[in-house]
Amino acid sequence: MKRFARLYARLDATRSTRAKVAAMADWFAKAPPADAAWAVYLLAGRRLKRTVAPSAYARWAAASVGVPEWLLSTSHATVGDTAETVALMIDTARPTPTDADGVADRPLAAWITEHLRPLAKADDEQKRAALSGWWAALPADQLFLLGKVLTGALRVGVSRKLVVRALARCAEARDAPVDEAVILHRLTGDWSPSAAFFESLLAPPEDGTRPPSQPYPYFLATPVDDAGPEGLGPRAEWQAEWKWDGIRGQLIRRGGEAWLWSRGEELVTPRFPAVVEAAAGLPDGTVLDGELLAWRDGAPLPFAELQRRLNRKRVGKTLLAEVPVAFMAYDVMERGGEDIRARPLEERRAALDAIVESLGHPRLMASPILDGDTWQALAEARESARDRRVEGLMLKRRGSPYRAGRPRGDWWKWKLDPLTVDAVLIYAQPGSGRRATLLTDYTFGVWRGDTLVPFAKAYSGLSDAEITELDRWLRSHTREKFGPVRAVDPEQVFEIAFEGIRRSTRHKSGVAVRFPRMVRWRRDKPAAEADTLAAVEALIEG
Amino acid sequence: MQPIFHHPDGLYCPQAGAFIDPLVPVKRALLTHAHADHLRPGSDAYWCAAPAEALVRRRAGPDATIHPVPYGKAIPIGRLTVSWHPAGHMLGSAQIRVEHRDAVWVVSGDYKRAADPTCAPFETVPCDVFVSEATFGLPIFRWPDPEAVVDEIIAWWRAGAAEGRPSALFAYAYGKSQRILGHLARRALPGPIWLHGAVQGGVDAYRAAGVALADTAGLVVDAEPADLKRALVLAPVSAGGSPWMKRLKRAQTGFASGWMRIRGNRRRKGYDRGFLLSDHADWPALLRTIEESGARRIRFWPGHGEALGDLLRERGRDAGPLERWPGRDPLTPSPPDRPSEVA
Ligand SMILES: [Zn+2]
Repeated sequence: MKRFARLYARLDATRSTRAKVAAMADWFAKAPPADAAWAVYLLAGRRLKRTVAPSAYARWAAASVGVPEWLLSTSHATVGDTAETVALMIDTARPTPTDADGVADRPLAAWITEHLRPLAKADDEQKRAALSGWWAALPADQLFLLGKVLTGALRVGVSRKLVVRALARCAEARDAPVDEAVILHRLTGDWSPSAAFFESLLAPPEDGTRPPSQPYPYFLATPVDDAGPEGLGPRAEWQAEWKWDGIRGQLIRRGGEAWLWSRGEELVTPRFPAVVEAAAGLPDGTVLDGELLAWRDGAPLPFAELQRRLNRKRVGKTLLAEVPVAFMAYDVMERGGEDIRARPLEERRAALDAIVESLGHPRLMASPILDGDTWQALAEARESARDRRVEGLMLKRRGSPYRAGRPRGDWWKWKLDPLTVDAVLIYAQPGSGRRATLLTDYTFGVWRGDTLVPFAKAYSGLSDAEITELDRWLRSHTREKFGPVRAVDPEQVFEIAFEGIRRSTRHKSGVAVRFPRMVRWRRDKPAAEADTLAAVEALIEG
Repeated sequence: MQPIFHHPDGLYCPQAGAFIDPLVPVKRALLTHAHADHLRPGSDAYWCAAPAEALVRRRAGPDATIHPVPYGKAIPIGRLTVSWHPAGHMLGSAQIRVEHRDAVWVVSGDYKRAADPTCAPFETVPCDVFVSEATFGLPIFRWPDPEAVVDEIIAWWRAGAAEGRPSALFAYAYGKSQRILGHLARRALPGPIWLHGAVQGGVDAYRAAGVALADTAGLVVDAEPADLKRALVLAPVSAGGSPWMKRLKRAQTGFASGWMRIRGNRRRKGYDRGFLLSDHADWPALLRTIEESGARRIRFWPGHGEALGDLLRERGRDAGPLERWPGRDPLTPSPPDRPSEVA
């Protein structure tokens, strides 16, 4: 684990993707293959079956160093992460670890297979005893990783794409290059980490060894930038569809069986029986890419409805009836057992139409292609997205293949803009309840001439650590106090998002906004560059 | 009546007609140190520890009336006997000891127990009532050995220099920046040190006070791009993301602060690296200092130390927030112009 902690530290200490890829490639090449396999597993964002509930993990740790539970909660509110809170708390109470058995030196694979996995079957007393031993023995960085792996997912800010790139780099260094797409495909779906698996990741490409349930890597779209789609060239080169607001899914029909994968590569087959039933009519060797939607009377239901289905492992009859689900297919990756991802968009689309039509099942549809032969016409269609409960438009380049990952250029998502304004924090006051000791209720202003006019209040959107930091800053930059309200130096800029805006005579600014919230602390932006009231008024429609 | 109360604009000392670290102009301001959140210009007169004088003058203005008092020397102010004692926070930082009748009160100001070559080390002052800061008053804050952190900074700087990239290290312009320079003095360094203009004033004041700092090459605005390729650049946090940064082509960025103990802070700030270097007391230092003070009553700066106070009370100690001044407000605030409610 010590070696893996060093890799983690290297990844965590840089924002450069080049440095991250180099760190991983370097590590994979030197590590024993079984360790490398587990590192791939964790770095690619997979998780172990949870062994200990985060709350129990934290409570036990606090008890082991004599920190009362309420103080643990206060600390957690500042840190915002259970594993990290525990690691810092233990490291504070016990600066020097005592590691008589050398557990810190045990390799990653041994840690997971010999210590962590067996712990899932242990009772609470045994778990607690094992954890106490590790807490005493491991330094802070490893305590953090231990907590992360045991209680949930480890996030390091590396995407699977970067892991794949690092693996490709390894293969290259062995003088046996393997295409990134091939490695990505091997990492997709169900696999278990082992030395043999790691070697198979880097093995020369060959066919016929993949399990029937294995999905393909998804093609992910890039957002169209603020300038709009004109920069993409003539409208005629693009196929436009709605951008559905559901769950990305891959429907696989092979060997007389059907599998439904979510975007997170989780098998969700049992949760969507109607879709699986529809898939039973698909020809063998068919793989469709599409969106799972809560769907009734020819239109999507709000995303929150679909969420209700996702939150259940098994879906009861009532919910099945209340929230009917459909699969909105938009691409074909495999037809008649053949991988057709390299074929042009039009050919795949024709295949999709043929498949959906001959199936004739109401729960499996093909995402309609939108007409409107100018960008202007599409822009108008996009304006109706909120009413249609879709997120905006998808633009796919005619003639393009189905690519893997998020390469720029062929697939674009042109989402509805959330309404946002950069505003200056001008007043702050304490919140209520747990927040009563902190300044958490803020008023934001925008410029009219050289004065700031209050235009929105917001209470949410910052992390606990940011709130604490901002509280400190506000206390030392208070200009005046009016009861609980502080007028503060107008220096901090925040991006405020909201759902709607209208004129209002009741407000000083002349506008009222719906559901304002902070989306970002714009530390990079000086107050003078915040938005003006005129810019805010321009957001009012009509 | 106790000699020190919490007031929204500072700590109020009724028997002296004075405020400790007032945030608004007052008649008599007793200062623990020269940081902006403890010192505002405009008061009629300031008292501070002698080594803080130059820093106080920079902020209070050239015409301010300042009474520097040597560490440990007791002087009468109103009906109180007051003295200043090293707090180890920065040059001239002090705990203020107040004697009234038979009771001794100590206001810690900001303090730390870790090594700092640029200021007098914290001195334990026995007292009956200890009013402590507790900026990092949670059992998750512990600082590593500062020399080890300085090793990390130098290694990071060396790696940047090897690639021909400037290393921009953000830190508070007064205190922290000079402390870093103090630690770097007498070390083998990978390149020159250049400064942001906001850091220079503090550097001059420290040098004038005879504090040994690493040599600095000058201000970044006067540097040629080639000068900066192997450089460490010290700058205040506010310079990050400002047009000034354009001078530092391809710079790697770091931030030195106690808040870097928390990973989320390191990441959200958007710096490449966080260095855990604080001028405040960590959790073990707070507990130790409170013990060593021998105080029967522990009080905290308003709005801080609530968790620590609760914990001490659970352990049977008389601890909690400093009592609020119950009398008429010695300062009268102007009527509010409240922001309108937005639906
Ligand atoms: Zn300070």
